[in-house]
Amino acid sequence: MTVGFFLTVDWQTLADAFALGGIYALMAIGIGLVFGVLRLVNFAYGQLVMAGAFALALGSQWGWPTWLSIVLCFAVVLALSMAMDRFVFRPLRTQSPAVMLVATFAVAFLLQSVALVWFGALGKTALSLAFLNQPWTIASVDIRKISVVAIVVTVVCLGLLQLLLTRTSVGLHMRAASQDFETARLLGVRANRVIGGAVLVSGALAAVVAVMLTVQNPTVTPDFALDQTIVVLAGVVLGGLTRPIPATLGGFSIGFAFGLLGGALPTAQSQYLPSFVFAAVILVLLVRPDGLFVRRTSAARL
Amino acid sequence: MLAGPCLLVVATAVLGSIVSPATGVYFITALVFVAIVVALYVFIGNSGVVSFGHISFVALGVWTAGVLSVPRAQKSAIMPGLAGFLEHTTVGNVPSLLLAALVGGVAAALVGLPLMRLSGLAAGIATFAVLEITHNLLRYYEKIGPGLNTFSSVPETTGIRQAAIGALLVIVAAFLYARSRYGRMLRATREDPAAAAATGVSMYRQRLVAFALSGAIAGFAGGLYIHLLPLNTEGVYLDLTFITLAMLVIGGTTSLWGAVVGALAVSALDSFLAEAENGIKILGATLDLPSGTRVIAEGALMALVLIFRPGGLTGGREFVLRWRRK
Repeated sequence: MTVGFFLTVDWQTLADAFALGGIYALMAIGIGLVFGVLRLVNFAYGQLVMAGAFALALGSQWGWPTWLSIVLCFAVVLALSMAMDRFVFRPLRTQSPAVMLVATFAVAFLLQSVALVWFGALGKTALSLAFLNQPWTIASVDIRKISVVAIVVTVVCLGLLQLLLTRTSVGLHMRAASQDFETARLLGVRANRVIGGAVLVSGALAAVVAVMLTVQNPTVTPDFALDQTIVVLAGVVLGGLTRPIPATLGGFSIGFAFGLLGGALPTAQSQYLPSFVFAAVILVLLVRPDGLFVRRTSAARL
Repeated sequence: MLAGPCLLVVATAVLGSIVSPATGVYFITALVFVAIVVALYVFIGNSGVVSFGHISFVALGVWTAGVLSVPRAQKSAIMPGLAGFLEHTTVGNVPSLLLAALVGGVAAALVGLPLMRLSGLAAGIATFAVLEITHNLLRYYEKIGPGLNTFSSVPETTGIRQAAIGALLVIVAAFLYARSRYGRMLRATREDPAAAAATGVSMYRQRLVAFALSGAIAGFAGGLYIHLLPLNTEGVYLDLTFITLAMLVIGGTTSLWGAVVGALAVSALDSFLAEAENGIKILGATLDLPSGTRVIAEGALMALVLIFRPGGLTGGREFVLRWRRK
């Protein structure tokens, strides 16, 4: 850390914070999408990312070409999401949100311990995309390629999702289902198809996150992406769960805040960073329980 | 209603004192878990709001009882950064448990003051945030405890007798609360918020009362826990949150009976699998499971119970089905 170049340090931190925000935003989209349709907060989302990361690590261990590892990663994550939908979400669809929340909590621990038994606590290393970790140096600021890729991918994914939701009939069904599921069903929206679609898209996003997180942190352990999921969940609730863009913004802000403060503060303070961020989360929840980026609705409350 | 849970606890204690000391530890741990799960039940069961934050209060109980019980001679070795008055104060077993309950209760009341205004998902995430904050502070703030180190040298006073008495006290407290008008009012808000509000019951106030009480019980349980075995911050974090919630859900969230049955049933399974991970002989065949099987089995069991029996093993009913005979 060069103290003399105050601005340099600052720009560097800013660049890293943007990258972190980008990845958190992607996770936020995935979590927000499933919530929109199913009213289900998926605690096990991080474990989908973890499974994808292990697929990448196995691919690189077997000496597969990078593209094939990525295909494997998508296949594993999509299959796992579909299985989760079929065997956990579907039987529990009529239960209260609290029961579903606890159920996904159970699934998260289940997947984590399966990974622990299978791969051990030390985990594996995924190296195939390591070249993206190298920096471009612009005016003495090191911008890692992955930072740019993360932000571009996030914007592209958000754009595609917006197109899917507004321009296709599946998207229309999804939006209808997230407004009022029962009425949507009465009007001929096929519940299983819509939910399956949302789960698949959210799974694909988890696979993308897996690819990008393994570039940043190639050591894949069973608790890979666990901390990130907790932070992103808080961010999503902070932004507003019910709509994709506020959810994404919430995920981005919390990632950005973590990156910025973590880089700017000295260790003596930055070790308490989670406390500050989560205290801010509580504060926002108290002031605006519907989320920071959602317009206040006139919905009747008890 | 009180008889079932108490009988189970006494039976566990009797069994635990007959078997060898090595096996007895499993019974003691099970009874400490009963106390933690009953703490969860007092709030979650009566209010219907899921809290992921109760292990914070267990952690505070662990820290309170731990810091105050380590003999003064060992304090500077384990906790070099300890604040002055904590370094010079050492209390006995029973006062340390009572102080743990006090700290847990006060902390829960303070946290609950703002938090109990939230409902549904926001409340769930907020309690999670409380857990994260507590974990983060205890981990790095070395003036109040060992930080990243493990609490060692705490007198191991939680034997089968202390665990059983502790569990019984907690069960009686939870029972008295559930029978009291406060408990009834809180369950009314759980069953029908609109009707409860119409009859003048304040959901906020009732939830706050239950939150503070369950925080005190959780703190007390934390005190029992640290007097059983050495712990660090990771021992009172996500894993403990998961296992205790699993116990409550598997037993049946809405009844004291369910909380006790769930805690004991899952503890029994957990102990059996822990032994099996080390390799045991059953009927001549050796059973040797890879480590980690416990959590897989418990996660799967919890998911299965939720899917096929959402009310839990007990169906969320109390031991005596008095309301059924009406």
